[in-house]
Amino acid sequence: MNIIVPVKLVPDLVEELTIDSSGKALDTSWLRLILNEFDDHAIEQAILLKERIGGQVTIVAPDVEGIDDVLYTTVAKGADRLIKLVGDFAGGFNNHALARVFSAVIKELQPDLLLTGVQAHNDLDGSVGPLLAEQLGMPYIGYVAGVTLTDGNVIARKEYPGGLIAEMEVTLPAVLGIQAAQQPPRYIAVSKVRQAMKTATIEEQTAAELDPTGGLTIGRMFQPEAGAQATMITGEVNEIAARLVSFFKELGIL
Amino acid sequence: MNQDIYVIVEHLRGQVADISYVMLAAARLLAQGTGGKVVAVILGHNAREQVVGLGADQVLYLDHPSLAEFTSDAYLKALAGLISENAPRVVLLGHTSVGMDVASGLSVRLSLPLVSQCRSVSTDNSLLKFISQICGGKIMAEGVLPVPTALMTMVPGGFKPEHGWSAQPPEVTPVTVPTMEGLRVTLKQYVEPEAGDVDISKEQILVSVGRGIQNQDNLELAQELADALGAVMCASRPVVDQGWLPTTRLVGKSGKSVKPKVYLALGISGAPEHVEGITGSDVIIAVNTDPAAPIFDVARYGVEMDMLDLLPVLTEQVRQATGG
Repeated sequence: MNIIVPVKLVPDLVEELTIDSSGKALDTSWLRLILNEFDDHAIEQAILLKERIGGQVTIVAPDVEGIDDVLYTTVAKGADRLIKLVGDFAGGFNNHALARVFSAVIKELQPDLLLTGVQAHNDLDGSVGPLLAEQLGMPYIGYVAGVTLTDGNVIARKEYPGGLIAEMEVTLPAVLGIQAAQQPPRYIAVSKVRQAMKTATIEEQTAAELDPTGGLTIGRMFQPEAGAQATMITGEVNEIAARLVSFFKELGIL
Repeated sequence: MNQDIYVIVEHLRGQVADISYVMLAAARLLAQGTGGKVVAVILGHNAREQVVGLGADQVLYLDHPSLAEFTSDAYLKALAGLISENAPRVVLLGHTSVGMDVASGLSVRLSLPLVSQCRSVSTDNSLLKFISQICGGKIMAEGVLPVPTALMTMVPGGFKPEHGWSAQPPEVTPVTVPTMEGLRVTLKQYVEPEAGDVDISKEQILVSVGRGIQNQDNLELAQELADALGAVMCASRPVVDQGWLPTTRLVGKSGKSVKPKVYLALGISGAPEHVEGITGSDVIIAVNTDPAAPIFDVARYGVEMDMLDLLPVLTEQVRQATGG
């Protein structure tokens, strides 16, 4: 089973986000990028499948700040092959452009199965998985939490609201948008990542020219007024707890 | 090209999803700008009764056995034919497990631009505008809906579902469905959610934990507070994905919607997918280290603090107050 996991990095939401001077995009100068958390689940699901049925897991990612560490970490987890797409990514790119670049490279790899995060928090023009599926002419199922293989087909457990699951069968090759892996993404010690840095190779491939057609032009970006609604309770921890207890009493739950 | 606004009605097992009415409300506003009609599109099999309550001027009904249950492949095929033939001004789909499976595919197949995570729309003379909510609700992106046809996936929050309702039954026009051969996705079966130990949607006091809990061991601190309050513990997606609490305790878009008297959100940032499930709460109290966390936009009371510092003290004071 030849499994490909295309991944992207996204701004770390723990950090403060600011808008740049154009007023139309995030200020990237101080932005810390981390692996899209759903892509992390896609990687985990790919490695779980490999452990169960064998095969090869290839991670493909655009060359952006911090990508090497992310790629080496996936090797420490069990990925076999790393491909970094080198291109003009520094100026920003939308998901349509990224999916086209992925599609050109992945076509050549003749995959059986593509797993990718169901979405990313900064998706503005669709998510990478279904865009890529259509570029490759493959079927797509998203919101998947659980993947089983039967001869030549995949059974994907697709989530609906309220905990309802639809078991869907899809012919291979196919793309699945992973919501959650069957196990939480495994923890990898830093020493193992360092080891991977010494032994693993990151293959570089030149990305095709970025073509953003199908994406959007943003006129303005802004931050919603924070905390506009809440009455903030301040003070020492004891005072705050006391205030909360008095609210609980007022609300009739104590 | 015409000036109509299409809404792809989302329905699952005989029930029209709320997001469909949210989209109809948005479509009404857009149609006032374009002078076109609000057109609800229903794909299904023997599903004509689903038109009840849809606030649309017209319903296009695509009936085919392969559309009886949602699959991305069949929906994509049927919708691609309809949209390319009629070229409406805007097509609205839910930013959901259904809509997101087909919107991107439609964008590539039909070479049409796609706006995702759209929360609200407005009109400015002949311009149609959108605002999308990204980065977990921390950033809004505004722009003009591209011509001639724009695809959009919508999140709830910008329009009230009741504004997409109508008691007046719309006119239903059957549409011929193209041949549906060569489908690659089939529904095998639905699996009902496991019967939970508790039904969080019926609980009056909920202690809900998010990423701020940091690790599984700390859950005990939240459980102690829940016990002291006579509350039940629930969680946002990251905690459930880590396997620290079962999916029956999941609140939000992919979990349950809750409506307690008090919802205590501990270390939950308030991403739109979570907020969607808690707006029915009477009072939301949020504790978070990040003053810019969107949870403070929906909470009545907020505390800017590490939940782990507050929990033991609060539990102790609740115990004292109840004599426990």
